[in-house]
Amino acid sequence: MSVQVQHLVKVYGSQRAVDDVSFEVQAGEVLGFLGPNGAGKTTTMKIITGFLPATSGTVRVCGYDVASQPMQARACVGYLPEHNPLYRDMYVREYLKFVASVHRLSDARTRVEAMIERTGLTSHRHKRIGELSKGYRQRVGLAQAMLHDPQVLILDEPTSGLDPNQIVEIRQLIKELGREKTVILSTHILAEVEAVCSRAIIIHQGRLVADDAIEALKSRLQGRSVVTVEFGQPVRAEQLRALPHVQEVKALSQHRWQLIGVDTHDLRPILSAFAAQNQLTLLELHKEILSVEEVFQQLTR
Amino acid sequence: MRAIYFKEISAFFSSIIGYIVIGMFLVLLGLVLWVFPEYSLLDGRFAGLESMFAIAPQVFLFLIPAVTMRSLSEEMQTGTLELLVTRPLSDWQIVGGKFLAYLSLVVFALLPTLLYYFTIYQLGSPPGNLDSGGIIGSYIGLFFLAAAFVAIGLFASSLTQSQIVAFLLGAFLCFFFFQMFDLISRLPIFFGKTDDIVQAIGIQYHYDSMSRGLIDTRDVVYFLSLIAFFLAATVVSLGRRHW
Repeated sequence: MSVQVQHLVKVYGSQRAVDDVSFEVQAGEVLGFLGPNGAGKTTTMKIITGFLPATSGTVRVCGYDVASQPMQARACVGYLPEHNPLYRDMYVREYLKFVASVHRLSDARTRVEAMIERTGLTSHRHKRIGELSKGYRQRVGLAQAMLHDPQVLILDEPTSGLDPNQIVEIRQLIKELGREKTVILSTHILAEVEAVCSRAIIIHQGRLVADDAIEALKSRLQGRSVVTVEFGQPVRAEQLRALPHVQEVKALSQHRWQLIGVDTHDLRPILSAFAAQNQLTLLELHKEILSVEEVFQQLTR
Repeated sequence: MRAIYFKEISAFFSSIIGYIVIGMFLVLLGLVLWVFPEYSLLDGRFAGLESMFAIAPQVFLFLIPAVTMRSLSEEMQTGTLELLVTRPLSDWQIVGGKFLAYLSLVVFALLPTLLYYFTIYQLGSPPGNLDSGGIIGSYIGLFFLAAAFVAIGLFASSLTQSQIVAFLLGAFLCFFFFQMFDLISRLPIFFGKTDDIVQAIGIQYHYDSMSRGLIDTRDVVYFLSLIAFFLAATVVSLGRRHW
């Protein structure tokens, strides 16, 4: 078990920023950490990295308790904080060498060069960090997090502020890393979770509201069936509303409708029977799959 | 600790501040020692560096807080401290590494003043007619004083994200510990033995005692405990995120 969080509570004054959160992450897993701003994602990550102490509850990283065995726990964590803080005056290579020496890496030189290559910083390695664009700075942030080959990577919004090409590259990198390592990444870009993560946790107001595989999360929350239908002829809303199992009818255009059922009962057979009865041409009929966005909105409303 | 030490030293020399601080220190001392009539060595009747050792603490009083002001404030402001404290380093290693780095820089700034010693040595009549013992003692005193100021400066920097505030606070605390107790002891409420005790809390009392060329263990213990106190306070202040 790479990361084990048990009954984690963090209280700021009278506010419970993290309220009884428990989860586990294994090696080879990329865990997405979702939640609206201020939900407690960053606080949880800061506790896992040992920057903040927990009010109660335990966090174990690679088997080490972050509170009682901080040095061992920290040694196996790579961390990219929220705003990617870096020493702007330092050169890319100089900074990575510094990180290597903090971690007392014996093969510092080869590790630094390997990391520069892997994060695509080769052409920028002699520049000052302050001169780099945001995308390249993010790569430096990732390089410093991965430099000591940690078992666990904690990435707080790793793709924020990057252009679409850079986002794809960074996601690819994270995916690769996720094959052998444990990666926990927070984001509020939901597409990112779908693209990169194998599992997601949704936190809302400090509480864990969902913890499941992406697919399971989507299907679990599909509480009601949603069907989009298009007819060749105009249809009145009352006709559709009168159908069994239909709760809501939304007109998408003159001939297109979205129907939401009262339960998971499939509306498609009913609609095709309806079309046959009224001699309507059925142009389109498909069952919607709720996107992660919709799941997210349902859970954190 | 070694990693932090070298990082700080290289940060100092890769920014303009390092050169400005060392340059200013040497220019000020040089002017006082060789140009300004009242203190100038050339006008003095004795071959000695007393005026330099009288002026150096005053210069350190604002130069050392100027050097140390960014040490922790900047890391807190940019958030790099978060990365630093989540690496396998204890807070003591971070503070200790920074302390030694800044102290080395001050020593580095002091090294060129040895040239003055050799000049005076040669200018004496006959050459070599000066109180070398006193000068060695004074250098040791100045070293301890600088170390205490660095520790105070680090502490001030650990209190705030603002470098200006850190500088003002550091300069004030340095001044407070350097001269304030001496001044306070002159208040009429302290009489008999008490004014001596109040005076002995201040740095100046011990610095003056060392400048005489006498290395008293009491003075050494005083400086070491003052330094240890402020370093410990810095570590506690860094750990306040845990409160």
